[in-house]
Amino acid sequence: MKFFDLLFLAFSTLIRYPLRTMMLLIATSIGVMAVILLTAVGEGARDYITSEFKDMGTNLIIVLPGKNETRGGGGPADLAGMAPRDLTVEDAISLEQIETIKNIAPIIIGETPASFAGFERDVPVIGTTPSFLTVRRMEMREGNFLPGVTLDRSPPVCAIGQEVEKELFGNTRAIGQWLRVGDRRCRITGIIESEGRAIGIDLQKIVVMPVSLATALFNRPSLFRIIAEAESRIYMDQIKKDIIRIIKKRHQGKEDITVVRQDTVMSSFDNIFNVLTMALASIASISLFVAGILIMNVMLVAVSQRQSEIGLLKAIGAKNRQINKLFLTEAILLSGSGAILGLILGHTITQVLKVAFPTFNFLPPTWASVVSLLVALICGALFGLIPARRASKLDPVMALTGEK
Amino acid sequence: MIQLKNLSREFQVGNQVVHALDNIDLEIAEKDYVSIMGVSGCGKTTLLNILGLLDTPSSGDYILSGINTSQMNDDEMAKIRSTKIGFIFQSFHLIPRLTAAENIEIPMILAGMSKQVRSEKVKKALSRVNLTDRSDHRPEQLSGGQRQRVAIARSIVMEPKVLLADEPTGNLDSSSGKEIVKLIEELNAGGLTLVVVTHDKEIGKRSNRVVRLLDGKVIANQEQ
Repeated sequence: MKFFDLLFLAFSTLIRYPLRTMMLLIATSIGVMAVILLTAVGEGARDYITSEFKDMGTNLIIVLPGKNETRGGGGPADLAGMAPRDLTVEDAISLEQIETIKNIAPIIIGETPASFAGFERDVPVIGTTPSFLTVRRMEMREGNFLPGVTLDRSPPVCAIGQEVEKELFGNTRAIGQWLRVGDRRCRITGIIESEGRAIGIDLQKIVVMPVSLATALFNRPSLFRIIAEAESRIYMDQIKKDIIRIIKKRHQGKEDITVVRQDTVMSSFDNIFNVLTMALASIASISLFVAGILIMNVMLVAVSQRQSEIGLLKAIGAKNRQINKLFLTEAILLSGSGAILGLILGHTITQVLKVAFPTFNFLPPTWASVVSLLVALICGALFGLIPARRASKLDPVMALTGEK
Repeated sequence: MIQLKNLSREFQVGNQVVHALDNIDLEIAEKDYVSIMGVSGCGKTTLLNILGLLDTPSSGDYILSGINTSQMNDDEMAKIRSTKIGFIFQSFHLIPRLTAAENIEIPMILAGMSKQVRSEKVKKALSRVNLTDRSDHRPEQLSGGQRQRVAIARSIVMEPKVLLADEPTGNLDSSSGKEIVKLIEELNAGGLTLVVVTHDKEIGKRSNRVVRLLDGKVIANQEQ
């Protein structure tokens, strides 16, 4: 029996029982679709979190106030009296003594109104030093990023995001203008080109100013965090120890900071989301498995319904192996086309979701498509084996007379 | 052509052993036209199934074209059924979802013949049974007589030596029945050995030989 003829015979059966075929296609396609959609959500979540870190430079060490890395500076925790000692600009300055640190960027964030010529809007403000540009890998569209600013020198300058420029200045040239930020005034020296987010803030909406100016503006000495860039990867562990030692000494011997390497944070996030995606994929695979069992049931019914046909095929010279192949092909054809239908549905729905929820990136991974297709085919073959075997073992005389 | 020696077929029904065929000796010559007659349950269908290698005897030998079939495995028997034996059934046994032409094609598909050879042979077989204009019809669109002619075309398309018919006119009205009998007799005249299991006395009278069975034994074997 030629392969094409085998397909033709199996296909003719599927066409002949459209309702049965449709139900099985739907069952299989739901399974495959579930795998695609759930892994797309898992991968999307991973992408959402890690894109935060991806834009950053390499060899970064992050210093956070408090011993627990989930607790940041500021916020209600401070009021509740469980606040750690503040991480200050002076702490950042003290870290300059570590020679293997190339750049130090302290960060303080807050929100305040910014106005120019009668236009006003609330903007997120980041107070930092020029190193921030390097560690965040940001690009300037024009002008300079905080010229003349160091940890202890803060001339009244600032850089703004493109959306701030558009909304406050319109067609007026922003560079060189004095922007009122809270109760301070600073001269705009640069426009930030980069899009995307930093520390959860849209870069197009920010105003960046010198760190000391910002601490004065918010009347709060505590930094959100300090980012240090090492000369080389090999120094990172030593730098970590040095930072803890220096700050501990400054904080009356209390180790009240958390120092993390950015690469370990990223890889642990990566691990968490890998596990999450795998878990989602295996949950979805259960529905594929169920579809496989459904195929087996329906095929078993089909074998008894089509007994006389099987008997006839044997009478006109079909070998047992050929009957076996015929039923197996039918099962695989069913699960295969169901899987392809599921792939199409899954990817279509992902695209629709992308349009509906533009902030969340749905990323169906390629491996999910390949694996779910393979699993569907293997399920079809495995669960098709028993019915196919039963069909091929039928006694032709019994089968022809339709007896059991 | 066909030799049965001391052939028995027993079935276990509950605790009882039923002798469907009991020590049968029978010879059928090439190009012969034999009808097997007898009351229901006398073993004639079992005999036909054994002749068609669908069933195997419990004891005794069945020699087909000089080859003893008792040592054959399933695949070898399938091969003989495919190339040497044609079957016709009372209820036609056409595959409902396939057209007449496709039904006729099935034995050749199973034998692995190429598409060109197949369509050539289907054409020939259809014209042999006068159904050329019905080739694209499905069984449900055909009359009983036409269905049986499709079944006959299917049985001869592999050019077998023996045609086994199990009550070929049983489901047909008398005029289509006559047509079918005429058709298979023509095939017999063309050199095909014909064995018909039937209740129909008319066919019995027309055949060269009548074998009568009762309780699994041959009680008469008359040339006429």
